[in-house]
Amino acid sequence: MAKTLEIPKTFKPKMGKKELELLSKLTDAMGVSGDEQEIRQIVMDELKGFADEMRVDHLGNLLVTKLGKGEKRLRVMVAAHMDEVGFMLIKDDGKGIFEFRTVGGIDPRQLVGKQVIVGRDHVPGIIGAKAIHLTTVAERKQTLPVSQLRIDLGPGGSAKAKPGDRATFATKLQVMGPTICAKALDNRLGVYNLIQLVKHAPENIDLLAAFTVQEEVGLRGAKVAAFTFNPDIGIAIDSTPAYDLPHYDGVENTQYRTHLDGGPAIYVMDGATIADRRLVDWLVDTAKAEKIPWQFRQPAPGGTDAGAIHRVREGVPSVSVSVPGRYAHSAAGMARIDDELNTLRLLHAALARLDENILIRQE
Amino acid sequence: MTFELIPFLKEMLSVPGLSGYERPVREVIAKVWEPLSDELSLSNLGSLLALKRGEGPEPRPTVMIAVHMDAIGLMVTAIEDGFLRFTQVGGVDPRILPGQPVIVHATNGAEEKELPGLVVMPPTQLLPPEAGDGPLAQTYLLVDTGLRPKEVEKLVRVGDLISFASQPEELAGDTIAGHTLDNRASVAAATVALELLGKRRHLWDVVVDATVQEEVGCIGGFLDPIKIKPDLAIVVDVNFATGPGGSGNMNFEMGGGLPLNWGANVHPALYKAMEKTAEDYEIPIYKDYSPSMSGTDAYGIQVAEEGIPVVEISIPLRYMHTPVEQVAIKDIQRAGRLMAEFITDLPLDFMNTVKWE
Repeated sequence: MAKTLEIPKTFKPKMGKKELELLSKLTDAMGVSGDEQEIRQIVMDELKGFADEMRVDHLGNLLVTKLGKGEKRLRVMVAAHMDEVGFMLIKDDGKGIFEFRTVGGIDPRQLVGKQVIVGRDHVPGIIGAKAIHLTTVAERKQTLPVSQLRIDLGPGGSAKAKPGDRATFATKLQVMGPTICAKALDNRLGVYNLIQLVKHAPENIDLLAAFTVQEEVGLRGAKVAAFTFNPDIGIAIDSTPAYDLPHYDGVENTQYRTHLDGGPAIYVMDGATIADRRLVDWLVDTAKAEKIPWQFRQPAPGGTDAGAIHRVREGVPSVSVSVPGRYAHSAAGMARIDDELNTLRLLHAALARLDENILIRQE
Repeated sequence: MTFELIPFLKEMLSVPGLSGYERPVREVIAKVWEPLSDELSLSNLGSLLALKRGEGPEPRPTVMIAVHMDAIGLMVTAIEDGFLRFTQVGGVDPRILPGQPVIVHATNGAEEKELPGLVVMPPTQLLPPEAGDGPLAQTYLLVDTGLRPKEVEKLVRVGDLISFASQPEELAGDTIAGHTLDNRASVAAATVALELLGKRRHLWDVVVDATVQEEVGCIGGFLDPIKIKPDLAIVVDVNFATGPGGSGNMNFEMGGGLPLNWGANVHPALYKAMEKTAEDYEIPIYKDYSPSMSGTDAYGIQVAEEGIPVVEISIPLRYMHTPVEQVAIKDIQRAGRLMAEFITDLPLDFMNTVKWE
């Protein structure tokens, strides 16, 4: 029997020194889609002894099973993608200068003037730009396309990396008052939350924790993980954009998607999934009963692993819950510590009150 | 007393010191220059002057080394819902700003606070159509400190400085990257010269000047020679290195040698003397064709008082005025050594040779 850390009903997550250390280990590591090894290893080390079964499938998903007690337990798959957007080196121009391409959706306007890390050894590099003194007014109105940018490791850097190596931003996690600022909060917050859920798993369900790969390039890991687990219910946990910035004209921002400080964002519909109404109600009811702040993510494009999970086999009722975060897919994003903890509280409380009746109601 | 070049350089690159607010970097420099010089003083606007006396009989001639220490950056212009709008101090291409880590030097509270922050790009739906989907103009960008709006209002006020916060990083091939290597690489080179001169005999007085406000119009460069009254001046600044984003034949290889300015800012006789020193001591140089102007303190010093003969040495640098400027350590050491050799060899009657043909 795998160990569990606390009696489920009393689970009160906090963000102390130890928790921050784990979160920064996760955000500062590199796990570009298709090469999630570093993240997988951190999760495996962290969950050693807590799981009834832990294995890596053909795509690189880490599939962790934590069995509950009693009869008629629901098989609940909770998925958090490990991968992040980033870069791959594609050509060595010589003298440590590499051409590269982006992996996943990155706005090229976010690349110039950034420090990066390359390959397994995290070789430091930079993405520079022409000096302002040498540019024309017309040039400064053009976005520098990725094809014109280079990752520069310094002369002699050609011996330290090669085409095919992955790279990502060199950002280190930083706490700014009530806020965490780091790269890859999408979706290391989800990975962190899923680690905590396995460690503090409620006993009324079989928790099927899928740490998935390649979400950012088309929800690929979640598809096969859901087939393997064959769950009754699917829940994707992720981080979703908060566009809660001021409007240029000062008019009310009605397209905020989510707000920081608004609590966990429950999905009704996104570009990939219409969430199962029973599961949406279950999450909202739990939040109200437990007095946990919550918000609906405004129905809008975008998607999570739920987009793949609900279409597997004969269909899996699915929903998504995200920690709201600003500036995803750039060198650094921001999320509130309160939102992160409330998301974890909501997920835990909801799982702890889950039973087979949830699927009886017909929509 | 010796100083360690890379730790000193990294320390300089880790502190602010925007034009007009150079105190943080000046304190770092003063700590290292104090034991290397005979006397430290400040100009009225905050330039740091280190005097190293020569052995010649008084009145001795004086050589000035000018290296500007100020940094480009940003300044708060408005506070909106806890986000900061800003303008720039010195020349910043707005395309390098989205996603940059910064420090907001907040002065609205009881004591000054350094708030970490991030330059951010609002999503398209919050911008007017004319903002387009290309590079965002600086007026649309914001700084987010991660603090809630009430806290921001309490701490920050219009006019607060915003400096770049990325930490320097050593890269392959003995290069270093970071913000403000323009021109703290040259401050480091001048420090190398000061240290070498401490072990040599030289006849001339030397004044090493970390100048202020170069990035907003060579202010220290114009004013300090009037205080120092040098017979000749050596200016060290950075120049465009070859590499991604470079442009054409005006560029120099990092680590390949030192561009020596040839053009209207410099006295040709001084150029030739410096070129000879480089040859004598086997220090590689490039002839840097700078037809009308170099855009550095050389201009300010050249036209000070009755006019001062200037020679200018450069350090090749990639990605100028971005937070990832890059130089080769070797070039910093070379520039320091070239100046030290030149000054060591200066005879008392050297100015008799600084003549027009």
